[in-house]
Amino acid sequence: MPITYTSGEQIEVYRFSIPVTVGVPLLALFLQAFVPRRFPFFSIFDLPLLVTIFFAMARRNPISGLFTGAAIGLVQDMLGAYPIGIYGIAKTVVGYGASSLGAKLDVENAGARLLVTLGFYLVHAAVYFTVARGMVNMTLNWSWSRGILAGLANAFLGVGLYFLLDKFKQRT
Amino acid sequence: MESVLGRYRNLTILVGVLFLQVLGLAVQVKRSADAENTRLIRIWAVDLITPFERGLVRVQNAGSDLWHNYFFLRGVRAENRQLKQQIEQMRLDQVRMSEDAAQAHRLQQLLAFKEQVIGKPLAAQVIGSSGSDLSRSIYIDKGSNDGVGLDMAVITAGGIVGKVLRVYPSTSLVLMINDQTSGVGAMLEKSRLQGVLRGTPNGAVVLERVMSDEQVTPGETVLSSGGDQIFPKGLPVGTVTKVSPGREMFLNIQVKPAADLSRLEEVLVVTEKQEQNAVVENGGRVRAADILAQRLPSVPDKPATDAATTVTGTSPSGSTKVVAPGQSPNASPKPQTLAAGSPKPATVEHAAATPSTVKVAGGASTGTAPVGGTAVRASSTHAAPGSGQPATGQVPKKVVPKAGAGDSANGSSGDTAASGSANPPVKPATAPPKPPVSQPAPQPPATEDNPH
Repeated sequence: MPITYTSGEQIEVYRFSIPVTVGVPLLALFLQAFVPRRFPFFSIFDLPLLVTIFFAMARRNPISGLFTGAAIGLVQDMLGAYPIGIYGIAKTVVGYGASSLGAKLDVENAGARLLVTLGFYLVHAAVYFTVARGMVNMTLNWSWSRGILAGLANAFLGVGLYFLLDKFKQRT
Repeated sequence: MESVLGRYRNLTILVGVLFLQVLGLAVQVKRSADAENTRLIRIWAVDLITPFERGLVRVQNAGSDLWHNYFFLRGVRAENRQLKQQIEQMRLDQVRMSEDAAQAHRLQQLLAFKEQVIGKPLAAQVIGSSGSDLSRSIYIDKGSNDGVGLDMAVITAGGIVGKVLRVYPSTSLVLMINDQTSGVGAMLEKSRLQGVLRGTPNGAVVLERVMSDEQVTPGETVLSSGGDQIFPKGLPVGTVTKVSPGREMFLNIQVKPAADLSRLEEVLVVTEKQEQNAVVENGGRVRAADILAQRLPSVPDKPATDAATTVTGTSPSGSTKVVAPGQSPNASPKPQTLAAGSPKPATVEHAAATPSTVKVAGGASTGTAPVGGTAVRASSTHAAPGSGQPATGQVPKKVVPKAGAGDSANGSSGDTAASGSANPPVKPATAPPKPPVSQPAPQPPATEDNPH
């Protein structure tokens, strides 16, 4: 599972068409809201997070990464019951981090993607819990076993999803 | 300065975006103490997502209906037979339970209990969820256009589901009882211990605030207590699955929700709650115990001591009206009648010296019995709800209570009215513990107005 350091010249930057840029996050949000109703176990996945990581890593631009994360996170907040901004902040950080990492590392192979997704899932959870407990005063309890299990589940789903979304990449 | 910002441009933008979101969050947290209106951006987001959900649910239901109602009908005859048998069994159970319910209602009315009933349930379909593992909420396909409002209870036939947290024109967000920010007033069915039902981060439900020295056993049913002013009292909430010592002096009681919260499809929104007086069921059978109680010999009650005034039966709400001597007992033009489900209240005439008339130390009082929602006034024409049978001018049970006691046994007289024709016309019978003291009234009796 190599994670190779690459120079700026070696890194390929991708872009996406507008329908994909808008449609894929919306589809992820829709599935996230709809599928758990029929399959409750699906709520362990965070499709919007996976999409955020994918777009951020593919574009390799921290600014677009953080704005993508912020937009997806805020819409996810709007659909939920809690104050708007908790997911927004968490996904902003993840979008920024993933694009910064994508600019420095080759994250095209499955192993790297697995590790990166697991890592960012935990970062996302940490930021979410910090904001929720520190600012909104929500009584959330963190469970390491559940967190790592959910992180692994998301990482494996992410690897498959990224290969699917790779089809929409366009070279700049 | 510009060079620093240019050098750390990405970081600066990140900090700026985060700062804006933190600011927005802080504003929301501060405002959440006030009555929060639904924000426009939430409405936009919901309008963006829910139409697709609604459409998919419809397609899904249509396909499911087509399959189940037209194609897959295997075993329907056998099931039909089985259901018919089940209905017969349930009818038998219903007869028994209606007896108990009628008795409970009589007792409730005696104590002037207000009971909350579900006024208008609105059926709704679950079309989606919040899409977060940490927030347990669902979207239903009914909104403010359908009469849904904030904090309305959402239930199923199995048990309670949650409350309406946000209302949009055609959809609503329902916070389920297993969300960690929810709280429901609940009580244990047998022991009547009350606590607060809360969700946990992993989606389980626990009953909190039950002292550790109480006896709680797994399998016990948990009901809504009505203390939260959202859920009507007595709705099934769940079953105790595990009891263990918790923090401080409280038990940690895990509850399995009665409604299957993970597979909700249709729910009911309680759009209107009504508070009404307990109602005595009319048309119920006369119980042997009631007849026996009427025929039992009475035990003389201790006379009241106040010579100047007399006090008559206490109103269901506990208020007592004291009327000075000389005031006509018939000051009230006619008996008030509640809409107590009595189809045709019987009107009866009482003799002047009915057992319900009490003379106390120079004064006389007349009991007004709120029976089945009908005021019963001695020495006057009054309506007795009974079971449609005319009462025969005899109220053998004690009618005049102690002042302010609120235990006028008036509900008992309702039973009497129902079965009075089977009894001797004048026979002061008393139901313990407070029998009547019946004597003719030489002075105008005091009266009491029934507030109902």
